[in-house]
Amino acid sequence: MLHTVIEKNSYQDSIVLMLLTNYLETLDGVNNVQVMMGTPANKDIFKTGGLATEELEAATPNDMVIVLDVDNEDLIDDVVKKAKVYLDEQSNGSDDDNSGEERVKTWDKALEVAKDAPVALISVPGVYAASEVEKALDAGKNVFCFSDNVTIEDEARLKQMAHEKGLLLMGPDCGTGIANGLPLAFANRVRKGSIGIVGASGTGIQEVTAIIHKMGEGVTNAIGTGGRDLKAQVQGITFKDSIALLDQDPDVKVIVAISKPPAKEVRDDAVDLLRAAKKPVVAIFLGEKPEAHEKGLYRAYTLEETAKIAVGLLHGQEPTGNEDVAVKVPTVTLQPQQKYIKGYYSGGTLAYEAATLMNNTLGLHAENGVDGSILKKDGYEVLDLGDDVFTQGRPHPMIDATKRKEMMVSAGQDPETAAILLDIVLGYGTTDDMAGDLKDTIIKVKADAKAEGREIAVIVTIVGTDMDPQDYSQQQKTLEEAGVILCENNAQAVKTALAIVGHPVEEKPLPILPEKPSNVQMPAVSDRLKEMLTATRFLNVGLESFADAINESGGSAVQFDWKPIAGGNVELQKALLFLSKVDLKVGV
Amino acid sequence: MVYKSIDEANQAVVSKIIAGSPFLLDVVPAIDVIDEFKHGKVLLHAGPPITYDKMIDPVQGACIGAALFEGWADNEADARKLMESGEVTLIPCHHVDAVGPMGGITSAHMPLVVVENRTDGNRAYCTMNEGIGAVLRFGANGPEVIDRLRWMRDVLGPVLSKALQTREPLNVNVLIAKAIAMGDEFHQRNIAASLAFLKEMSPSIVALDIDQKDKEDVIQFLADTDQFFLNIMMASAKSVMDGARQIQEGTIVTAMCRNGYEFGIRIAGMGDEWFTGPVNTPHGLYFSGFSEDDASPDMGDSAITETFGVGGFAMIAAPAVTRFVGTGGFFDALHTSEDMTEITTASNPNFPIPTWDFRGISIGIDARKVVETGILPVINTGIANKKAGLGQIGAGTVNPPMEAFEKAVLAYAKKLGFEE
Repeated sequence: MLHTVIEKNSYQDSIVLMLLTNYLETLDGVNNVQVMMGTPANKDIFKTGGLATEELEAATPNDMVIVLDVDNEDLIDDVVKKAKVYLDEQSNGSDDDNSGEERVKTWDKALEVAKDAPVALISVPGVYAASEVEKALDAGKNVFCFSDNVTIEDEARLKQMAHEKGLLLMGPDCGTGIANGLPLAFANRVRKGSIGIVGASGTGIQEVTAIIHKMGEGVTNAIGTGGRDLKAQVQGITFKDSIALLDQDPDVKVIVAISKPPAKEVRDDAVDLLRAAKKPVVAIFLGEKPEAHEKGLYRAYTLEETAKIAVGLLHGQEPTGNEDVAVKVPTVTLQPQQKYIKGYYSGGTLAYEAATLMNNTLGLHAENGVDGSILKKDGYEVLDLGDDVFTQGRPHPMIDATKRKEMMVSAGQDPETAAILLDIVLGYGTTDDMAGDLKDTIIKVKADAKAEGREIAVIVTIVGTDMDPQDYSQQQKTLEEAGVILCENNAQAVKTALAIVGHPVEEKPLPILPEKPSNVQMPAVSDRLKEMLTATRFLNVGLESFADAINESGGSAVQFDWKPIAGGNVELQKALLFLSKVDLKVGV
Repeated sequence: MVYKSIDEANQAVVSKIIAGSPFLLDVVPAIDVIDEFKHGKVLLHAGPPITYDKMIDPVQGACIGAALFEGWADNEADARKLMESGEVTLIPCHHVDAVGPMGGITSAHMPLVVVENRTDGNRAYCTMNEGIGAVLRFGANGPEVIDRLRWMRDVLGPVLSKALQTREPLNVNVLIAKAIAMGDEFHQRNIAASLAFLKEMSPSIVALDIDQKDKEDVIQFLADTDQFFLNIMMASAKSVMDGARQIQEGTIVTAMCRNGYEFGIRIAGMGDEWFTGPVNTPHGLYFSGFSEDDASPDMGDSAITETFGVGGFAMIAAPAVTRFVGTGGFFDALHTSEDMTEITTASNPNFPIPTWDFRGISIGIDARKVVETGILPVINTGIANKKAGLGQIGAGTVNPPMEAFEKAVLAYAKKLGFEE
């Protein structure tokens, strides 16, 4: 049944009325509706739309007309009321003032809008990364390259190019960083402070910065180098320039260097450079068990120790050997056959640290694992579920818990399993509630084992801080409710697991040897490079969430919605290149 | 003139666009200025070349209306038979210095506005806006449509012509500059320019020594027709772009148009050649009872306004119509206009936009940049019912097909010696 409501002398813009019509159509009980001003042309439209009424004819161009098809007449008042509320709301304007948002789609525009940004973040598909990095370097930007799948030849060439221009290339495959207290890519929010970090490992940097934060200190700049920087082909170009940069940063009091052991050819150079630093340095070569400190260059075995020695030095305290506090071992009643530890990690370096500690403590003499299986010996197992083998066609385990749940369930059914190790990485780029996603499975695994008379220890560490976008304390609470053993950091978690299976890690303080001479000259640092330390503005080329993280943290990022040139069409790319160079005078 | 590089040629084309100075001279029957009408039965249509069988229903409907208007038939069935016979020659408006809205169907005795680009001395033509509702450009061809066309032929055209002869030719740039500051973007919204036009013309019209009823009808029609200026804008843009494309080098887009079947573009370096791809269907807001399923594919030469730098390119100038970009508001319009700067070559300082901090309209679409970035021009458009004669059912925006730009870039590269 058609009804006509005429609001006399109530002019509204036609677009507002079209939007209002769309809204009223969604109301329950409304079969059809149209709101327009009563002009002759609009009356024709009412008729064409099957909404002709007699009352309509009386409307003038200054009247707002609602023609309504409802079965229940009681609805009419309600619809008119809702229409008025809608019109009022429209006139109040929208809340999302995104006038500050800066978004570009081409390099020309990007360099114009972000001309004052000293750093470009690049996260484009790997095949395009090298050329985009080169463009950014050519434009005088320091580059943080998240993209992977760049050849090592390109990496060496681009890093040399950056070095010659007085710029820094972080990455490729650089997962995390902190610049002037702002999170780059997958990073935790930590307070600013006097410890400067250079690292070739993503979760290694995250773990160390998070522990430093928990200890009340902070990190203003954490520079990622990419995992291959200290290989022979690349010669540690970025590592060296970064150490030099932090050594000259007046706000840095202690330098932390995190890396896998450097290649033989690079090692002496790199270590000598650390010796040449004016500031105390804490170095961790993951996987190596250090035997002695040197005055001014201190060596750590675990990430926890790294952070603690750095904070100690900041407080004027040389390492005492007590950094690795003995863990309190909770009571877990194991059956005789329960011997093994299973580690299911989302962070690669954390998995590596767990494997190292287990390998050395248990004397497993296991070979370095491949394809994400970091350790596999007897029943001991440590997996890096973030490895490419496990992430084909599925999200990263920091975002999706599916694979970890599967692994936990099967480990729980194995009567020889004594403990399961898990990490939960907070910060930008990870999911909001990993603890919640894992909770039910943890409870079930423990309960199923219990039903068979076994107790299984599930030992978890959270990499993150109370400043992270996730709710740190809520994550803790959720895990406690699930009945896990919650450890402060990964080293503690692994040591707890080892103690539970009866193999506690033995701590032995290292001697501090006298300072060794250095044959290396600290590289000069350009002004452009120094700008990175105080950067507030960034050019983000690719993944938008990286720009969001910077903007939410008080910096500003120009978002470049990058697409391959000509949609990746090679023929068109060649034609465009030809047209950009063709000389029309000579042209055919 | 010889140019060193494409950038230099493009800059020259853009300089001509900025220097363009369109003046409205007269309103005359099409046959007086377009010779082709003197050779048998001829209809002009919008877009690149097309045959009758490929025309969509609203365009065929408009052809039938034009046949009835010209007296080639006295009923719809005969008119349709005539069109199907192939006896009527179909010519794109663009091939005879003209442009036409929606179907763009133009016949010998329809009055056309005559605009001269005084910088380059060339002229361009367009029919006059018929108002809204049942109109020929959307394919309506009933008695009221034909009657209105006759009145436009017999009264509106001659009256405006006489009025124009009593005054200086109308400087269109001045009207554009005024109206852009009053919130027109000249494709969806022309109300300020239409009122400014009425303000310019009414003293001359009321002073004419003609039938009082005719005067009143003309003034009333101009007062009622919010989009009257659109067709003047189209002819003006056409005259400026045709002046600019006298330079036959470079990759600046000199025309964009659609016939309901194909979207066609021209670039300066390829002269008269059309590069085409299938038309898209507009997205936007629909009147009640209609949806995208009822929408006609994209049609009309009106995208000459975007080619000139207004319409979708100047979306930010017209806050009142910004919501045609989906359901967004001011900032969506800002983003659209900002995006368009990534595929254009310069700003036209003659037409500053207050809501854009007085930045000039973006001009000189570079086909290379479109292909390189994947950013397509945004065209503001009315949406027709896909059935002839049911008229407008909404409004929104539409993109050209990328294919047209890719073909143009490749063809020009090959012309200059590029080998795959």
